[in-house]
Amino acid sequence: MTSARISMPSQARRGEVIEVRTIVSHQMETGFRRTERGTAIARDIIQLFVCTYNGVEVFRAELHPAIAANPYIAFSTVATESGTLEFRWSGDNGFALTETATLQVA
Amino acid sequence: MKFAALIVVFLAAAAAADERRSGYDYMRAETRAMQDDELANPGMLAVMEGEGLWRRSGCAGCHQDMKGVATRYPSFDPGKGLLNLEQRINLCRTERQQAPALAYESRELVALTAFVASQSRGQPIQIFAHGESLERGKATFYRRQGQVNLACASCHEHNAGKRLAGNAIPQAHPTGYPLYRLEWQAVGSLQRRLRNCLAGIRAEALTYGAPELVELEFFLMWRANGMRLETPAVRP
Amino acid sequence: MMNRRRFLVLTAATLAAPRLGASADEMQAAIRKVTGGAPLNPGRVTLELPPLSENGHVVPMRVAVASPMTPGDHVRAIHVFTEKNPQPNVAGFRLGPRAGRAVVQTRVRLADTQSVIAIAEMSDGSFWTASAHVVVTLAACLEELPGS
Repeated sequence: MTSARISMPSQARRGEVIEVRTIVSHQMETGFRRTERGTAIARDIIQLFVCTYNGVEVFRAELHPAIAANPYIAFSTVATESGTLEFRWSGDNGFALTETATLQVA
Repeated sequence: MKFAALIVVFLAAAAAADERRSGYDYMRAETRAMQDDELANPGMLAVMEGEGLWRRSGCAGCHQDMKGVATRYPSFDPGKGLLNLEQRINLCRTERQQAPALAYESRELVALTAFVASQSRGQPIQIFAHGESLERGKATFYRRQGQVNLACASCHEHNAGKRLAGNAIPQAHPTGYPLYRLEWQAVGSLQRRLRNCLAGIRAEALTYGAPELVELEFFLMWRANGMRLETPAVRP
Repeated sequence: MMNRRRFLVLTAATLAAPRLGASADEMQAAIRKVTGGAPLNPGRVTLELPPLSENGHVVPMRVAVASPMTPGDHVRAIHVFTEKNPQPNVAGFRLGPRAGRAVVQTRVRLADTQSVIAIAEMSDGSFWTASAHVVVTLAACLEELPGS
């Protein structure tokens, strides 16, 4: 069962730079670990995190196995207009998760 | 007479509170910040998951909020004896809900326990105990064992504050379980941590739910009486 | 949080990096893939990592780049590399003027004591860099490896 959490202001002044903080539940199996018997454990990571703001991409993170489990990503964006921010995580084994948040811009 | 003994025990624990420090105090600033930040604390993901399970499993049918519950575990069940919180949850499932018990350290049991325990965050541990279980737990804590022939006390009382492999040795007060251990990259129970300790001193790792392990939990919680619960804590 | 500047000047002609081990070469190759061999200017980038990590599995990282973030002058991307992990790439963050500020935070895994390198790609095609050194130790009281 996967889950993600977002923290950002619900309202902002036009032109204000807001901080967006996210965390998502994911093992981020590196693909470099081995079992006691020496069998490799297959890689299983989130590879991409994209934030769109009213449909326009404003931030993207390409992730590699060196990103810690339960990836925490914090970034900034300019409050340009009221609307919806959509956050999408995708990765190995068809992993896909989407969350949204609304922002009121005055 | 028993009541007077309890008062003495409680007062002694309270008087010693000044010298006791949570594992939180031994961590670096950035790790403490990780625990303090509600969003950034990775343990909160398990708490959220537990909340979902709580609703879907019908726990709310009997229970309102679980505030204060985790501060009183392990505790004695009249029929089953000494139980920790995980065992208590499973007992509810099997006896009251006709649902299968969840495996120890399974994702679901950890999440449910984390959700229940997180509701006591900030509250003082309240284990008023005496008797054989406590004495056995205490004996385990002070007994030398394993290939390295160390007792829990060897590190956690005689060498607390000194460093072992890059981390400070804490006093071993279980003030935040279930917690997110950076080494596990996951939330886990006190028993999981104790089994790591036993592996560390090259002693036989007791199985989950073993009476000796629950009694050690019991002693450790009693020893931490009055200290505030931090669930979900973050620890190295 | 410490930020230790190191000069890392790579040009297309100068591939004479000291032979520190396969990982260091892989890191140089990964960096070259991003920069095309363009020079790396020290400065403008602030890379913050704890000098002594609590645990190598989870190391908080903050990277910031001094930039007005206007359409004409902004950070296009921030790339992060390590020198001793099994593979050198850590993350690539795509920014742009809509970011407002070129600041990103995440948590990384470090397999060993090593340096982490951040490279900022600017809208004018220039590259800027900073590095930070982190001491990583093993945890005590581990558990058994995952079962087969």
